[in-house]
Amino acid sequence: MPTRRQFLSLAGGVTVIPVLTLRPLDATPAMLNTAIRNVVGEAPIRTGKVKLDIPPLVENGNTVPMTVSVASPMTLDDYVKSIHVFNEKNPQPNIGNFYLTPSSGRAQISTRIRLADTQKVVAIARLSDDSFWQVSADIVVTLAACTEELN
Amino acid sequence: MAALINVPAKAKRGDIIEIRTLTSHIMETGFRHTVEGALVPRDIITSFTCRYNGTEIFRADLFPAIAANPYLSFFTIAKESGKFEFEWTGDNGYSTTASASITVE
Amino acid sequence: MILWRAIAAAILFAGIPALLAGEIPPDARRSGYSFMGPDTRAMQDDDTSNPGMLFVLDGETLWRKKTGSADKSCADCHGDARSSMKGVAARYPAFDKALARPVTLDQRINLCRTNHQQATPLPYESRDILTLSAFVAHQSRGIAITAGEDPRLAPFVEQGRKLYLQREGQLNLACTNCHDDNFDKRLAGSPITQAQPTGYPLYRLEWQTLGSLERRLRSCMTGVRAQAYEYGAPELVALELYLMSRARGMPMETPAIRP
Repeated sequence: MPTRRQFLSLAGGVTVIPVLTLRPLDATPAMLNTAIRNVVGEAPIRTGKVKLDIPPLVENGNTVPMTVSVASPMTLDDYVKSIHVFNEKNPQPNIGNFYLTPSSGRAQISTRIRLADTQKVVAIARLSDDSFWQVSADIVVTLAACTEELN
Repeated sequence: MAALINVPAKAKRGDIIEIRTLTSHIMETGFRHTVEGALVPRDIITSFTCRYNGTEIFRADLFPAIAANPYLSFFTIAKESGKFEFEWTGDNGYSTTASASITVE
Repeated sequence: MILWRAIAAAILFAGIPALLAGEIPPDARRSGYSFMGPDTRAMQDDDTSNPGMLFVLDGETLWRKKTGSADKSCADCHGDARSSMKGVAARYPAFDKALARPVTLDQRINLCRTNHQQATPLPYESRDILTLSAFVAHQSRGIAITAGEDPRLAPFVEQGRKLYLQREGQLNLACTNCHDDNFDKRLAGSPITQAQPTGYPLYRLEWQTLGSLERRLRSCMTGVRAQAYEYGAPELVALELYLMSRARGMPMETPAIRP
């Protein structure tokens, strides 16, 4: 995780980029941050363009529908290269990486995920100009009343 | 085991079409324990690829946080008639394929 | 944590003066579907995104596969399931003359295997029995449940009703205390349903797989801290029969999705 000092020196070197947020969203534990940095490297991550659709109140954390879409014209010179989804409190911070092309036509993917507990989910898009954009959502996971033992 | 593929049978050239896939897999996380305390080893699909007439148009890396019986939906532009080929690979040498054809007018 | 919440809820219930175990009037009956959120409903509504359909497809493959020393498939005797199995699951558990008791659809499939295919019975809750049962029950989707109409079943329906009304387990709760008297309220964040078994075998998000009504009943029993009956026990079959007869007239949904 970059310190504030690194941030300042980095920002000083890349003056053309209007940095809105440099670090991933606040209050994300170290594992999540490391996982994000493994994908993004030291590049700044801006907030916006990405939309994350997850029911705010999940009926069962074992199977949660999720859609990520990115505002992009999806043309040859302006498209979404990839979408990366992370979570905060599962045993592992990665959820999935999804690689698109200009011929995707629409920058949108859906899948079903597992959320071990009430937590934050972060979606990051890498655009064709190698800029990174993110959104996060707080998801409340209700627990099942009568669970079984693993058999 | 079964896979469910949903690709429109017909499309107009230039249409943006949705492709949906659902495949049978337990997606065992590798983080669960049996009642006796033994770790249940990880057994997941780690990669999914879709090719359209041989060209890769979509790929995904999957992690244990993807729910059992993985569902994926994505989009592509209908360019020409032909075949979509789907491939799932994963732990323990898991590999399975499916295909669907489309007529583009 | 979950258990404590369940116990807290149970204590609350115990404080309520014993309500008459009110039967739900026919027009007030609701499928578990109506208690679900829009996302879970959408998962059930679309066959290409309903994971239960994966099991139905595998069941169709098994239906056509020759097995046992008789080297016969289900299809060899029953032909096209779309016509021969239509409405069949809606009347199960059904009375078996030779055994002089009701049998579940899973037990019927296994009786077919032993008697006609000369094959070994499939274990309860195994993937193969669930897929076959899902494929057969899917042929009744949309058809009204008729289970329990056979007069020979009357004593077994009554046995099931008694079990449904009987308090059990450390929490001292009967099925009726939750599912007749307190449906629509919440238990640890989840809505309590009316226990109308319209979509079995069904795909539970909790299980992340298909499961039988017996599996669901057993987890309810574990939930009230009672000793669950073994799969195939006469008590479970009687409960299943009572629940299906209680849902008579409601349309089948197999493969349903539930949280």
